[in-house]
Amino acid sequence: MHLKYESTLREPLVDGVKDYHQVTEDIISPIEAKPGKLWYVGFFISLLLLGFGVFSVSWEVYYGTGVWNLNKTIGWGWDITNFVWWVGIGHAGTLISAILLLFRQGWRTGVNRAAEAMTIFAVMCAGQFPIFHMGRVWMAFFVLPYPNTRGPLWVNFNSPLLWDVFAISTYFTVSLLFWYSGLIPDFATVRDRAKTKLRKLLYGIASFGWTGSTKHWQRHEALSLVLAGLSTPLVLSVHTIVSFDFATSVIPGWHTTIFPPYFVAGAIFSGFAMVQTLLIIVRKVLNLEEYITLGHMEAMNKVIVLTGSVVGCAYLTELFMAWYAAVPYEFATFYKYRAAGPLGWSYWIMMTCNVITPQVFWFSKMRRNVAVTFVMSIIVNIGMWFERFVIICTSLYRDYLPSSWSYYRPSWPEVGFYMGTFGLFFTCFFLFAKYFPVIAVAEIKSVLKTSGESFKKDMEKYEEQPAEQFVAGLHHHEDHHHDAHGAVAHAHN
Amino acid sequence: MAVKNFVVASFSDEAVLFPAVKKVRTAGYKIHDVYTPFPVHGLDQALGLRETSLHTAGFIYGITGTTTALSCMSWVFNSDWPMNIGGKPHFPLPAFIPITFELTVLFSAVGMVLTFCYLCQLAPFVKKHIFHPRQTDDLFVMAIEVTAKTNTEELKSFLASVGGQQINEQRAEAGWWYGRFDQEDRLFETKRVEAVNA
Repeated sequence: MHLKYESTLREPLVDGVKDYHQVTEDIISPIEAKPGKLWYVGFFISLLLLGFGVFSVSWEVYYGTGVWNLNKTIGWGWDITNFVWWVGIGHAGTLISAILLLFRQGWRTGVNRAAEAMTIFAVMCAGQFPIFHMGRVWMAFFVLPYPNTRGPLWVNFNSPLLWDVFAISTYFTVSLLFWYSGLIPDFATVRDRAKTKLRKLLYGIASFGWTGSTKHWQRHEALSLVLAGLSTPLVLSVHTIVSFDFATSVIPGWHTTIFPPYFVAGAIFSGFAMVQTLLIIVRKVLNLEEYITLGHMEAMNKVIVLTGSVVGCAYLTELFMAWYAAVPYEFATFYKYRAAGPLGWSYWIMMTCNVITPQVFWFSKMRRNVAVTFVMSIIVNIGMWFERFVIICTSLYRDYLPSSWSYYRPSWPEVGFYMGTFGLFFTCFFLFAKYFPVIAVAEIKSVLKTSGESFKKDMEKYEEQPAEQFVAGLHHHEDHHHDAHGAVAHAHN
Repeated sequence: MAVKNFVVASFSDEAVLFPAVKKVRTAGYKIHDVYTPFPVHGLDQALGLRETSLHTAGFIYGITGTTTALSCMSWVFNSDWPMNIGGKPHFPLPAFIPITFELTVLFSAVGMVLTFCYLCQLAPFVKKHIFHPRQTDDLFVMAIEVTAKTNTEELKSFLASVGGQQINEQRAEAGWWYGRFDQEDRLFETKRVEAVNA
């Protein structure tokens, strides 16, 4: 029997007959090949979108935030909607790489690299919105607490908007460090098999001189585990703090204590949907169906139906509380202007996309259907965008003073800005898919012999043994390789 | 930095590697390092390496972040520029918690990664000798230092008997240097010796 053992009842994480070298071949060779035509088309479209975004933002910076259709009543519109939406998307990456590491979910190894990349790019996109919403963007550094000549006038540490500055920048930094520390060994793999000088040079720089020394791996494992432990409360704190932007205000529809858990669940919900959208394309284009299997997609769809239902519960709780609290303004916001009224259509799009349609994932057949998953992932992302739009705009457009009541539709620079962040996101993601190992090579290798399909098949003969014989075999094996005791212990994780 | 002689053996399976490590150590040879393409659990114990203290460093960086955040914010609000913000207290602890938490995480993560890079000598443009190009792919590569007492031929046949493959001798720089991976390795001490002889 091999050093490691996992029950054959568990679905394999890597399909097909693989050895370590084949894993490297499958994941690294797309980096070494010339990209296909589709890649160039996609990359070019992303660059165009990014260019249009830069133009729209420059327009806004030149003429001021007045070019956006925000007004006295609706001070936050598409910009903050998009900010919250992008930050939320980022959450799935950290959840997969950190929380699932702590929960010892083996399937995370297939998807964590791409999901973590998505997190970083999504947070980059999110950050643009509050920065450019400042209007005089060259003053953006005023949000940082530093000894200055204005008094010194410090930032207000009581303000949730300042907490956001700290939360988002910490989140970005820690995610980047976590992601890059995992990439170092894989870059070394690319470097050591590189045929061209340029590739050897560039991946040599990127791999920081990694050799794969046992001591370094030991430290690397410790680092990953602690970073996962740190990222877990961090990711929960980030969307909690984003929800504080609303919850600590006195606007009916925002001033509720349910916001932190509701926002975090929504963030994971939309993030997993985005991971599905991206990975369904990636696994197809890069031929990685044996690494990102239907089992992976099913696991993520389970998370989607769970968090979608949590979000649905939150919507119903809000409606109940609006009635039960007996505050007329709260009641009016929810029943007159959110579920009905001129912007009521957005509420029903949200309800349909987030609560009703994800229920198809209660059926295993649907969870394992690629086409259904792809369509659902887009629907969920539309729904979650509308959730933020509903929270922000339907709470604002009917305020305390009926003479200020207003309607909101975005102007072209607002739409352009949003499209520009798609450009930024996909430009980064296309570069990532071409030049980075999209699956954590080293991590796949470390689960290959326990969870690879061909290795699991070898275990069947042991599992057919009577229980006593099976246990005796394990003991015999431990005596045999006594110094491999650690490996055996780890196998049970 | 020192140039040393090594006998290098490759293993294709961790099930062969573990007993080999034990036998090589029992025989009294000095294992310079074992290079693996992925973290092999239990190999550090098998090699007799002590547990890393990186977690402790992370904890210390974390509490540094906590104290930095709390002391800076209370100094600003109470001593440097006390301001009345809506009549709120000058030491609003609950309102300080989010930033304190974020800085704890930030200090801990950044500090740990930097410490990790320092301890493992990892940085852009750092170069080390790669004993076998497939040690980051699919081979487990054991490098044994050749000392004055080592009988190289005996060691080679011993390694073959415990399952080592592609056994060879290499003269290499054991430490790190600034260099590029598209260029040949440089042997620093040899160069100096040659310069002296010339």
